[in-house]
Amino acid sequence: MGTTSSEADRLAARFAAWRAAGRRALIPYLTAGYPDPQETPELLLRLADAGADVLELGVPFSDPLADGATIQHASERALQRGATLAWTLDALADFRRSRETAVVLFTYLNPVLAYGVERFLRAASAAGADGVLLTDLPVGSDRELEAAFERAPLALVRLLAPTTPPARVREIARRAQGFLYYISRTGVTGARTELRARLADEVAALRRFTRVPIAVGFGISTAAQAAEVARVADGVVVGSALIDALDRGGPVGAEKFVASLRDAVDAVDQ
Amino acid sequence: MTEAVIDWFGRFGGRYVPETLVAALEELDAAYEAARGDAAFWGELNGLLRDYVGRPTPLYLAQRLGDAVGGTRVYLKREDLNHTGAHKINNTLGQVLLARRMGKRRIIAETGAGQHGVATATVCALFGLECVIYMGAEDVRRQALNVYRMELLGAEVRTVAAGTRTLKDATNEAMRDWVTNVESTHYIIGSVVGPSPYPRLVRDFQAVIGRETRAQLHEREGRLPAAVIACVGGGSNALGIFHDFIPEPSVELIGVEAAGEGLDSGRHAASLAAGRPGVLHGSLSYVLQDDAGQIAPAHSVSAGLDYPGVGPEHAHLKETGRATYTSVTDEEALAAFGSLARLEGVIPALESAHAVAHFLRDGRRWSRIGPVVICLSGRGDKDVAQVAERTGPTRLL
Repeated sequence: MGTTSSEADRLAARFAAWRAAGRRALIPYLTAGYPDPQETPELLLRLADAGADVLELGVPFSDPLADGATIQHASERALQRGATLAWTLDALADFRRSRETAVVLFTYLNPVLAYGVERFLRAASAAGADGVLLTDLPVGSDRELEAAFERAPLALVRLLAPTTPPARVREIARRAQGFLYYISRTGVTGARTELRARLADEVAALRRFTRVPIAVGFGISTAAQAAEVARVADGVVVGSALIDALDRGGPVGAEKFVASLRDAVDAVDQ
Repeated sequence: MTEAVIDWFGRFGGRYVPETLVAALEELDAAYEAARGDAAFWGELNGLLRDYVGRPTPLYLAQRLGDAVGGTRVYLKREDLNHTGAHKINNTLGQVLLARRMGKRRIIAETGAGQHGVATATVCALFGLECVIYMGAEDVRRQALNVYRMELLGAEVRTVAAGTRTLKDATNEAMRDWVTNVESTHYIIGSVVGPSPYPRLVRDFQAVIGRETRAQLHEREGRLPAAVIACVGGGSNALGIFHDFIPEPSVELIGVEAAGEGLDSGRHAASLAAGRPGVLHGSLSYVLQDDAGQIAPAHSVSAGLDYPGVGPEHAHLKETGRATYTSVTDEEALAAFGSLARLEGVIPALESAHAVAHFLRDGRRWSRIGPVVICLSGRGDKDVAQVAERTGPTRLL
């Protein structure tokens, strides 16, 4: 990794190195400021040290319409306790002083628009973000805005859904930066007891369109499910189930849960 | 890939949605494009609007209302006389026909005052479709009559207890349902809001209001109105009556937002007056929000106007100056609710009472030039219990 490369290149290079080493990326999601902004710095360190390869840091939003009950609740609580996008970037910068773990900001568009897009892109890079994932800016929705994100050094991580038609998959894959995030089922975020039966086929089908690394998320809630996904994908995203673990067992419980996911993912035969 | 067709109204509108919904919006857009050019589609819709809804609705010269402001000639476009009691059914009928064309057997909708929910439940009963309505807990409380009507019509009403427990949160929950069940389900959005193509599609289905108004007024007066006044929450009745008059510069178009307890109180729903451009529910428009881009709670005595966003075409009409937007407080709307009942024997919906209130405040300025048309978007039966509870039955007069 050259020091002059963009964050997008850096993220792609990391995935390439993991792939070469047979390592599947473990990508825990945490709502910034949940359960309290004071706890976020310690939580980020624990998740990184428990084996996270990429941290997905959720910027709380008042109307998270892509999220299920768990992350809605976490967002509402974080906002009540004063978490904002500006504060989230500060927390990230603080984390970056001691850890090199990749970080992708997961956010809705409106807080970014209110902050200012160019200002956000500069501040997020300066804070040490590697990428940004915008839930409500699909490919082709806003040429100008997408171009601003695509030009920036941060990776604009794109989402693919089971409903995305093939022609659109090709376009999204062509414009992918860093990695592609495949939504494992139609629906909002939230833990589920079963994965889609056709998940392996679907990811295999995506591979025909692109060599960009593919991470899978939405609904993955147990170590066994994480292992199942790790057999077919380059990365595994776990969000709501981690917040549930945090609710049950506090920071130590969250750390143990991530460590158990790490073991399960690493035990998969490559 | 060909460039996606996305509607913009100036810089407003767009399709800011989770990836999962993109294909469904493209499918809806294609179904609507096909229907638009199909005489059989409009034949079926217009037949139902005539025989089932009762269109055309009357354009009624409200003599005593006009006399109350110095003799201005004022007409009420009586959307309250539609089947189900509001303009909402113009849109739900159009969309349910599209849903049938797309083979979708399950319908969802959000509702505030309950009028859109009732209109959706009604057309689902008519066509034998499964129907789920999302409604905020606060609105379930203040619009109990409409909840019962929806259930009577065979719909399932799901109470939303999250956030502000009103229309905004009902819309969030409907969107979540749609993301989850998108392959089987059509989402009938009730106003000119949401991602492309909804703002245009809903406007087109509501434009019948303005077309009729224009023809009826031409027959009565031989001229165009001097002004058209309509309330604006999301803004569907307003765009419906404005649309045909937009190319007529002599016609003043006035939207009336809910000022709640006053614009300075912070407790209002006047997105165009006091909001900033932002993305809510899939489109860029004026939104009530704080400095960090979090959506601010709206407030209005009228559940149907109690929404922190507004249709993107209204944002465009505001910025170009083609329409002007003003606002009316809860107190003014409640006073107009009583005034119209006593002056004309017509009890307006609290939403529509905002438009009437603006006329009572400002109507004198058209006394020499009239006529003015007010869109009476719905009837007030649903609001009687809430108003009585608030003002006390003896204070109503």
